[in-house]
This record gives sequence, C-alpha cells and structure tokens, in this order.
Amino acid sequence: MQDDTSRLLVEMRGIYMEGRSDETWTPIIKGVDLTLNKGEVLGLIGESGAGKSTLGLAAMGFTRDGVRISQGSVHFDGIDVLRASAQTKRQLLGKRIAYVAQSAAASFNPAHKIIDQHTEAPVQHGVMSRSESAKDGMELYRKLRLPNPEEIGFRYPHQVSGGQLQRAMTAMAMACRPDLIIFDEPTTALDVTTQIEVLASIRQIVDEFDTAAIYITHDLAVVAQMADRIKVLLKGDEVEEADTRTMLAHPTQDYTKSLWAVREFQRPAKPPVNTGATPVISVQNVTAAYGKIDVLHDVSFDIHEGRTVAVVGESGSGKSTTARCITGLLPPRIGAIELDGAALPLDYRKRNKDQLRQVQMIYQMADTALNPRKSIGEIIGRPVQFYMGLTGKQKRKRVEELLDEIELPADQYFDRLPSELSGGQKQRIGIARALAAEPKFIICDEVTSALDQLVAEGILRLLARLQDDLKLSYMFITHDLATVRSIADEVVVMKNGEVVEQGPKRDMFKPPHHAYTDLLLSSVPEMDPDWLTNLLKERGVDNIGDAAVEKMS
Amino acid sequence: MSGMVWFVLYLAAVAVGGWVFRFAGQTATGNKPFFRDMPLAVAFGYVLGVTLAILAVFYYFQPVMTEQGTPDAGVTFFRWAVQGLIIFAIAAWVFRLLGRNIGTAGSKKLFRQMPLTASFGILVILIYAFVSIFAGVIAPYGQEEIFQQVNALPGGNAATGGNPDHILGTDQIGRDLLSRLIYGAQNTVGIAFATTLIAFFLGGSLGFLAATLQGVLDQVLSRAVDVLMAIPSLIFALLLMTIASAWAGSEKWLLTVYMVLIIAVIDSTRVFRLARAVGMNIVVMDYIEAAKLRGEGLGYLIFKEILPNATAPLLAEFGLRFCFVFLTIASLSFLGVGIQPPLADWGTMVRDLSQFINFAAFSPLTAALPLMAAGAIALLTVAVNFVVDWMLYRSSGLKE
Repeated sequence: MQDDTSRLLVEMRGIYMEGRSDETWTPIIKGVDLTLNKGEVLGLIGESGAGKSTLGLAAMGFTRDGVRISQGSVHFDGIDVLRASAQTKRQLLGKRIAYVAQSAAASFNPAHKIIDQHTEAPVQHGVMSRSESAKDGMELYRKLRLPNPEEIGFRYPHQVSGGQLQRAMTAMAMACRPDLIIFDEPTTALDVTTQIEVLASIRQIVDEFDTAAIYITHDLAVVAQMADRIKVLLKGDEVEEADTRTMLAHPTQDYTKSLWAVREFQRPAKPPVNTGATPVISVQNVTAAYGKIDVLHDVSFDIHEGRTVAVVGESGSGKSTTARCITGLLPPRIGAIELDGAALPLDYRKRNKDQLRQVQMIYQMADTALNPRKSIGEIIGRPVQFYMGLTGKQKRKRVEELLDEIELPADQYFDRLPSELSGGQKQRIGIARALAAEPKFIICDEVTSALDQLVAEGILRLLARLQDDLKLSYMFITHDLATVRSIADEVVVMKNGEVVEQGPKRDMFKPPHHAYTDLLLSSVPEMDPDWLTNLLKERGVDNIGDAAVEKMS
Repeated sequence: MSGMVWFVLYLAAVAVGGWVFRFAGQTATGNKPFFRDMPLAVAFGYVLGVTLAILAVFYYFQPVMTEQGTPDAGVTFFRWAVQGLIIFAIAAWVFRLLGRNIGTAGSKKLFRQMPLTASFGILVILIYAFVSIFAGVIAPYGQEEIFQQVNALPGGNAATGGNPDHILGTDQIGRDLLSRLIYGAQNTVGIAFATTLIAFFLGGSLGFLAATLQGVLDQVLSRAVDVLMAIPSLIFALLLMTIASAWAGSEKWLLTVYMVLIIAVIDSTRVFRLARAVGMNIVVMDYIEAAKLRGEGLGYLIFKEILPNATAPLLAEFGLRFCFVFLTIASLSFLGVGIQPPLADWGTMVRDLSQFINFAAFSPLTAALPLMAAGAIALLTVAVNFVVDWMLYRSSGLKE
C-alpha cells in the first residue's frame, strides 16, 4: 500500500460549503470527501445546482465570491491549501493546478493574442522563458491537432472557432505541465462533431503527460469516455462513487439509476403519413439571405398534423434561419410558406392575427424568452387576452387551465416572476405561452439543450402528451440526436443551408446514410466507456469531427 | 523645494512604518492570515491613514485665535467641516437605525443592506424635499421682503453689526438671507427636477423609439443628437439663453420657462444615448421577438415590454442627470442669465455674496455666507450621487 499513499494528489475531507444569499448562508456542499491519485481522471456529474463546479474549484482552494468553505480540509500533494499563505497558493495555482472553463470564448482576454496568454503563466512562474514557452505552445497545438499550429497562436481569440479555442485553452492549462487540471464542462457549449474532437484531444494529452484531472459535466456519455472513476452529486450530497465500468453497469442508488434511464424515453412509432393530406406547414423551395449572402438554398419539407419533424445539423447549418423564415422574421428571397394549403405572407408584419396565432414558437433560452419584469400570470395571460379577447375572471380561469396543462399548480405560480422559477419550470411557462394562442403548429428551437437531462426528459414527455391531446405539429430544431430518437417522427438533416437528407425516423437511423448524417450519428457519445477508443480505432483521428466535415466539402 | 523633500521623506517614513507594522502584526498574532497575506501596499495604506488621522486631530485642537488676536480662519473652517461630518454621520446612522426598526418587512430589509453613505444620501434628499415643499411655512420672511438694515452680518449679535431678527443677516438691499436660502431650495431644486423630467421624457421616448424601429429614424435621430452633443453644452446654453432673453423681453418668468426647455433639450441628448443603448440590448431579447410575432403594436412593445426592463439604469441616470441639470442652472444663474431676481436662487446668491469671502481673516462666519449657498448645492449633489451609486450597485448584481 506504500504505492497508494505516494500516488495521492488531492485529498478533500468532510467539505462543507456555504453560499451567501439574501442575508443568510445556505449550504451548497454538505460533507463530501474526495480523493484523487496522480494521473487519474475523476468525473463529477450531477444536474445544475448540484455543486459540481463549486466542489471542483474548492479542490484548488478557491471559492467564488459569496461562497465559503465552512468545514473540512483540502490537501494538495501534502500541502494544506486552505491554511496555506497567499505566497504558497500563488506557487500552486496556474503552475501545478490549472483550470479549463466552460466557455473558452468568455475566458480568453479578447485584447491579447492567444500565444501571449499562453506564455503568461510559465513566464510568471519562472517555469520557462517566453520563447521556450511559445515553442512548447506550438508543440501542444500540434498535439491537440489544431490547424496551422505554427500560426494559430498569433491570432486573437475571436479569429478562431469555438472548438479550436477550447483546445487552445486546454493547451494553455498544460503550459506549466500541471499535476492537476480541472475541466469545468469544457464541451457543453459545442456541437457534437466539434465535441468529439475536443474530447479526443483532451484524453490524449491527459494520458500523455500523466496529469490528474477532475472532469465536471452533466453529460453521462461524455464522462464515460473520459473518467477512470465517477462521483455522482445531488444537491450538495454525494450519491455514490465507483470506477466508471462498475458505475455504468451496476449503479446502486435510485437517483443514479434514474439518470441512466433518461435516455430510454421513446415514443411509439406512428403510422406513415397520408401523402395526399394537406400538410399543416409546407416549406417550398425557400432560399433566404442575410444581406446579399444566401444562407438557405432551396429548402423544402412538409409538416403534417400531429407529427414532429426534427431538423438536425450543427450550428450554422441554417436550422434556426429556416424557423425565422417560417415565422416571417426573415422573409425568404425565393420560395413560399404554406399554412394548411394557403400561402402565408412572407413578412410577419403583413400576416393577420389569425395567421400569427397559428404559428407559435418556444425558445432555447427560457431566461431571455420570458420578460423578467412580468409575472407568470401576465406572461401567459397576454396572448389569451390578445388573441381570444378574454379579460378579468375568464382570462384568469384560462391561464389557470394552461398552468394545469403544463403541470404547475396555478395558485402557487400565478404571481411569481420568472426569476423565481427553475430552468425547467421557465421552459414550461414558454410552452404555456405558446399554447395560450391555441396554435396548430409550434416551432421548438433547441428547447431542451440548456436543461439537465432529467428535466429535459420531463419537457419532452410533456410536449409528447400535448401533441397527442391537442393534435399539434412540431418543428423540433436540435443538434442532439438522442432527443431526435426519442421524440421525432420525421427527420430533416441540414448542412450549410441545404437539406442533405430527409425521411421517417426509422429510415434515418438505419444505414445506408448520407456521409454527413453518418458522421453526425457516429459523433453522438454513447454510454459505453470504450466508445471513443473504438471509434478512433475504426475511423482514425483525422476522420472524426470537424476535420471530417472539412474533407467532405 | 524643501516642502517637496519633506513630503518624500514623509512617504518614505510611512513605507518603513508600514513594513514595521506588518512585521509587528505577524509576530504578535503568530502569523494570522490577515497579517501573513497582507501586501506591503496595504500596510502602507494603514499607516498613511493613521498618520493623517493624527495630523487632523492635532490641527483640530489648534487655538481658534492667533497670537495677534485675529481669528484663524483655517482652523475655524476645519472645525466646522469636521463637526458637520460627524453630525451628518450620526444623523445618517440614526436614520438607518430607524429604518431598520420601523416600516414594512421589505423596507426594513432595504435599510439593513444599505451602506451609511446611501442612508446619508436619502436623508439629505428627504430634508431637501421637505424644505423645498414647505419653504413658505419654514422661512421666517418672504423671499422678496426688504428690510431697513442692509448688509447685516450673520450671527444675530447687534454689537458686531448683526440683527437678532436675521440670524444669517441681510443682503445688499436688505432681504433676509435665511429666507432666501430656504426659498432657493424650492426654486433651484424644483426647476432642476422639472427640467430633468422633461429631459427624460424627451430623450427616453425618442431613444426607445430609435432602438425599436431602427433603420432611417434611428440614423436621423442619432445624427441630430451627435450634432447637439458636439457643441460644448454650457456655451451652447449661454448662446441660446442670450437669444431667449431677447425673445422674452421684460417677461422675466418667460425667461425661466425658456431656460427649462433649453436645458431639457440639451440634456435629453445624453438620455437619448443611454435609452437607445439600453433599449438596443433589450430589443434583441427573445421575449421582444415573441411579442412582435404575436402582432403587438409599438406602444405595447415600448411601454410594457422594454420600459420595465430599463428602469434600473434610467433611474440611476436620472439621479446623475438631475445633478448636472442642477449645476447647469446654478452656473447660468451665477453668470446672470439663469433664474431671474427677485426669485431667490443659490447660484445667484453665491455670485452676490462672493465678496464676503475676503472677510475670512476677520470674521469666518461672514466669509461662510457664500459658502452656505455653494455648500447647499454641493451637499445635494453628493447626496444624490451616493444614492445613485448604491442603486447602480444593487441593479448591477454586484451584491456581496
């Protein structure tokens, strides 16, 4: 057992943390232990608010403003981080412990070149000279398979793509060859095809330098690829901890099992569409442009009554632009939009109240989709009053019905403000606002991508139930193929503003595929811990992710 | 030159003192984190603060009379300033204590989180509001009332040229200065408030309109505002006031109306910029898009969707803008084109009484007369800024 103690890197004992909110200290972490050996990767998972990031930051002895560690101890390589002097901590942070944030775009300083930010820590800590560090940086960029490793460092952060920036940040964390890197949801904001590249490079570099890592995420499939051990957190408590394979195969706690089960939601297949029926929405040969540049090219598809059409593709593929064309915010240059067989005016300002009412939208970010200064009753009541002309008691009754419909008790939620709701509840309010107009057709723009998996599943079930009850048609914009698998009837795959492939879901998930569909499907992480290894073996590093997309075009 | 040398020596001594202070602290407390992690700059700051405080106390207890028997104006004014500061601090503290114990749960909580500066600001603003609203009741005489004794000195002591009926004395044509100071609050503050309201109505509505409609209207309005802002505002105001005084002729009250409008228009350009910038950020939100797609009209968009979300920055700007308008009016009055006599006004009072400052060496109380009006202006400006700072802090989410 001699070996075990000498390999020990981080030891956190009985950590209790509190956050200050509204004059009182509320507990965030309630007694969690954590040990990490050298060269080991620990996955921290849990839904938002579970305290993953807070605990991850505490491992380096750091707390955000308004948060404190009230009890417990943190030892890093034998040093008591919580009692150490500022001087000692300066020697640790940046040099021996590094941090990779969720949004690289927000974490880089936009005023300095990437390489200048890369060399700052090694020079400050006296690890390397500037030129050595710059050379080393280029070597790291090459290892992380960034394009033009010699040159990319001399660009400013806004001149490289999100996935590349995330890899540059990983390289920066590696600059001093730290013993521990904390990854805080490094791929959450990325497309699947980009994510897979970042995952592969992070794993490669962590292996190569034998760095220990704490990998924080809410995506189980991702953590299965990255971690040696997994620790599950729920509301500041540890649920269970085990090595990855055991955890995936035999979770012991109910909560963990429910997390695992989320991905099993599947709707029964519907009978094939009667091709002779008039579609609710018909997009016909739409070409649209921002300014002079065409962003959509000849897009056509139909959406029938009671059906869900999922539009998939990575960011920039024109999914949301198609939605803007249908709603009339971006009138198409060529083509037509038909509602129930009758052409809709292309500009929303020329549509009449009834046409506007039939097409409703649910947004990705419930935070920006609900006016923060209006109560729930006002938000849902406005379309009721505006379209149905109900006022006073009748309006209130209708709003209560709608709240009932989205499974929120009316008496509790009627007078609340959006800021007093959780993310999933806000999204439900967004759905109720769309329902209030009693539409035929609802556009769901990435409605679940900002939510935790359990909450997202609840929303999907709700949408499915509403569809069955009210015969709604959905256009479901998403880049998450797991969502497509669970809710869609038909699938439209888009790339660079064109429809690459479309058809019923059954056919889409069965080969043969269009090369791009195939790539999208193969990039979705699976729960199997060997998935990434196998995929890399099968396809080779140059045939995954964005690199493969570039080869295609 | 030797003053410079002394100053550098003093700073060097403070630096050494800082190091010693930190070292002593580390040894005495057994290396507590507070002293252990203290940078030298912070230790320097502590020692600098302590030495300055000692100097201030020393100066405060210097004799008020010099050896020649004349009053020492420096010490006198310093004592008044320190006493004023202490009185206001205590008043603010008591006011906050009252607020914490009286009122609804919400207001109690508000006062609990309030810094002393903000409660000072609110107290002063309340006092000003009270005085300006009830000026007619509080003031011992009317603002235009003229008495026999001209240039009575303050203090109310007949032996030193004062008059017990007029605590602050009278001006060069025999009007009671205390009454004019009180009425000045009504005129100056009231007019400034009205002007700021008009400026906000103009700038705010046009700014939101530009943000919502964008395109040509936005370009036209914004360029027009750019042109107005390119001209230095005080000079522009003076120029327009000269023209306005020709139009107004002998109708003095008309000139005041013109002044309100001129300052309102000039200041509305700043409000326009802010409202447009804030509006732009709100217009891109999804809930605005949702409202547009619902088919809502312009009025609903601006007043029901945008305005409620812009109140925090606008309110903070209102406080600041009020100060600037207030100072502009005082400056114009000081220059003689602002609020017209016989209306009492602080800017005019500073100008009329400015000669008294020369008597500082003989009678500090007399010299303080122009400072009273100036101080009334300064106090309100500081108070409003304290409150605005606090409001900005609250709305910016920088809490804790």
